Amino acid sequence: MSEKSGADILIEVLTDLGVEVVFGYPGGAVLPIYDALFKQDAIKHILVRHEQAATHAAEGYARSTGKPGVVLVTSGPGATNAVTGITDALMDSIPMVVITGQVPTGLIGTDAFQEADTVGITRHCSKHNYLVKNPAQLASVVREAFHIATAGRPGPVVIDIPKDVQVATAQERSNAPIRHKAYAPQVKADPARIEEAVDMLAAAERPIFYTGGGIINSGPEASRLLRELAALTGAPVTSTLMGLGAFPASSPQWVGMLGMHGTYEANLAMNQADLIIALGARFDDRVTGRLDAFSPNSRKVHVDIDRSSINKNVRVDLPIIADVGSALADMIEAWKRRKHPTPDLAEWWNRIEGWRAVRCLDFEDRKDVIMPQRAIRALWEATKDKAPVITTEVGQHQMWAAQHFDFDDPNKWLTSGGLGTMGYGLPAAIGAQLGNPDALVIDIAGEASIQMNIQELGTATQYRLPVKIFILNNEYMGMVRQWQQLTYQSRYSESYSDALPDFVKLAEAYGWKGILIETPDQLDAGIAEMIAHDGPVMVDCRVAKLANCFPMIPSGAAHTEMILQSAQVSGEMDDEAKALV
Amino acid sequence: MHIKQELNERHTLAVVVDNEPGILARIAGLFTARGYNIESLTVSEITEDKAVSRITIVTSASPHVMEQIIAQLDRLVPVHKVTDLTVLGPHVERELALVKVAGTGDHRIEALRLAEVYRAHVLDATISSFVFEVTGGRDKIDKFVELMGELGLVEVARTGVVAISRGREAA
Repeated sequence: MSEKSGADILIEVLTDLGVEVVFGYPGGAVLPIYDALFKQDAIKHILVRHEQAATHAAEGYARSTGKPGVVLVTSGPGATNAVTGITDALMDSIPMVVITGQVPTGLIGTDAFQEADTVGITRHCSKHNYLVKNPAQLASVVREAFHIATAGRPGPVVIDIPKDVQVATAQERSNAPIRHKAYAPQVKADPARIEEAVDMLAAAERPIFYTGGGIINSGPEASRLLRELAALTGAPVTSTLMGLGAFPASSPQWVGMLGMHGTYEANLAMNQADLIIALGARFDDRVTGRLDAFSPNSRKVHVDIDRSSINKNVRVDLPIIADVGSALADMIEAWKRRKHPTPDLAEWWNRIEGWRAVRCLDFEDRKDVIMPQRAIRALWEATKDKAPVITTEVGQHQMWAAQHFDFDDPNKWLTSGGLGTMGYGLPAAIGAQLGNPDALVIDIAGEASIQMNIQELGTATQYRLPVKIFILNNEYMGMVRQWQQLTYQSRYSESYSDALPDFVKLAEAYGWKGILIETPDQLDAGIAEMIAHDGPVMVDCRVAKLANCFPMIPSGAAHTEMILQSAQVSGEMDDEAKALV
Repeated sequence: MHIKQELNERHTLAVVVDNEPGILARIAGLFTARGYNIESLTVSEITEDKAVSRITIVTSASPHVMEQIIAQLDRLVPVHKVTDLTVLGPHVERELALVKVAGTGDHRIEALRLAEVYRAHVLDATISSFVFEVTGGRDKIDKFVELMGELGLVEVARTGVVAISRGREAA
């Protein structure tokens, strides 16, 4: 049997695993792998402009296609630049495999050129990681890495490969064994608990489904099953930021996103519910607000594939460890088998409609200036028939997009939820466009966030990716400014976006089309022009500078203490409140 | 504003893991990353092929955090099993200490006499020093070291706690 180099083994295993796209950046410690890539054409390599962008592009690819994203970067700075995206993928449970070059094994520990302790640095921001010291182990490590990245709660896995291991040869074993046999997350729920959950659901007077990113991760079938169970029970459905699209926003049972910038009706329904069915959501602090006031009178069922998510922040009455899609199928089956009728929730819906009538997302529309909410709604109106994939950066624009852009399908909404990474949106859009070549992919951005990975304009140009960037330009790091207004008597410390570039000229310099929208009457035409252009477009949409994102539950407040309008906001908070994020 | 402290309970955990590079850092790092306490941590291989190690961790946490510690440990890829021996019921805990004491005259005689009381062995002796080996529960060793403090204690090396459940079943 002939021997192959570690680099060749790596490429062969990746090909065998069905990897089509790798996002990467070459460097000294990965030259053998790049040479192996050069000699094949099964895997397409996308050259980014910064390693952080490679990781976010892989996330965007993974989130929009359901396949794991793959990243290839060099040692030292290549690996450390990737750390933000690895952490982002860990927080948002994105399946990703990151291959990093390392200095030759003999030089490890000598402070060699471009050496960093990659396994040490990524140990706690990855789901798992490896340092491969022998090319004979490479095939099994790579196969195991893909298994771990995608099985159970998905996450990023890092494989650090020293340069000599890439060059050295070994016999290739096509069916190399996987070492961590113990790693087998529970997928199927305990049937007794499913029955109990279904009976609780049938008996509840004020039930609500609280769904999260786990539904998206479980695959499109989980979204379909959620719709079916919701229809059977007639209960309202709310979702976290990460779960938007799992349930159609056009459904009358949809009450909007919950949490800090969620809707009044979603948060009040959570607060007043007698039963919460949490499906692939993790009771994040943005969702719960003040813990001791979170849904005080409800019983709680929590379906999650990750045992450590259960009882982490909120005590639940019935934990169900399972893949949420599998649990939903079981719940539907049990509901039908036990012949539960559709419960009469008329009284509950009356109350919800009462909260809905507050119309918490309404905003003061103006003739002289574009309100950011108006811009999002206009973008949605213009694109909703095209089933666009939307990515975002982080901040006010992200929350406005979540509130005002309606999603009817999963895998269309890509955002950095857990880590809150500014600079996520543009590379994620690039990854999503590669995974969905015919889709309309739009990065809804802020003028501050977009500058964090602005160099990726070049990547889109190089690969002729027709991604669109829609910048809500209010000349502020808006969410920082909003918090400073609410908490620090409007002392806007370092939150003004000074020395902004001319985004139109910047776009043109990269071979993009640039569009400036300054007034409300230019909005629809500008958006239409953006959509019509067969290539990448950056829109600089000037919006009201001091608009705030409401409704809002201030940090550490209860769902019932929601701020609906800016008039209710006053100057300074006490130290306890200031200490909360 | 002041930082609030929580009331903690002491627990002894047995964690069975794949014996691979970095596993100890992974476990210890999880504790620091999530703000958990470690009172003691011991590790050694326990199978003939050296593929599996058992880690004994003594930690203190509120009951809620304790539950999280176990769940967080359990989801690490190389972790096979986590057992909370304190919750499981009766178990034995032992620790070994090497205690170096220097002195002459009455102090030396008293140290030797106390060592006998504590069933410590003499591992090394010179005309002006002893190295004692003492095993037992944490309290016993604490007390022995405290007594030696009055009699010329030079240094102490302790293994940390190892523990196993009582009875015939594996934990």
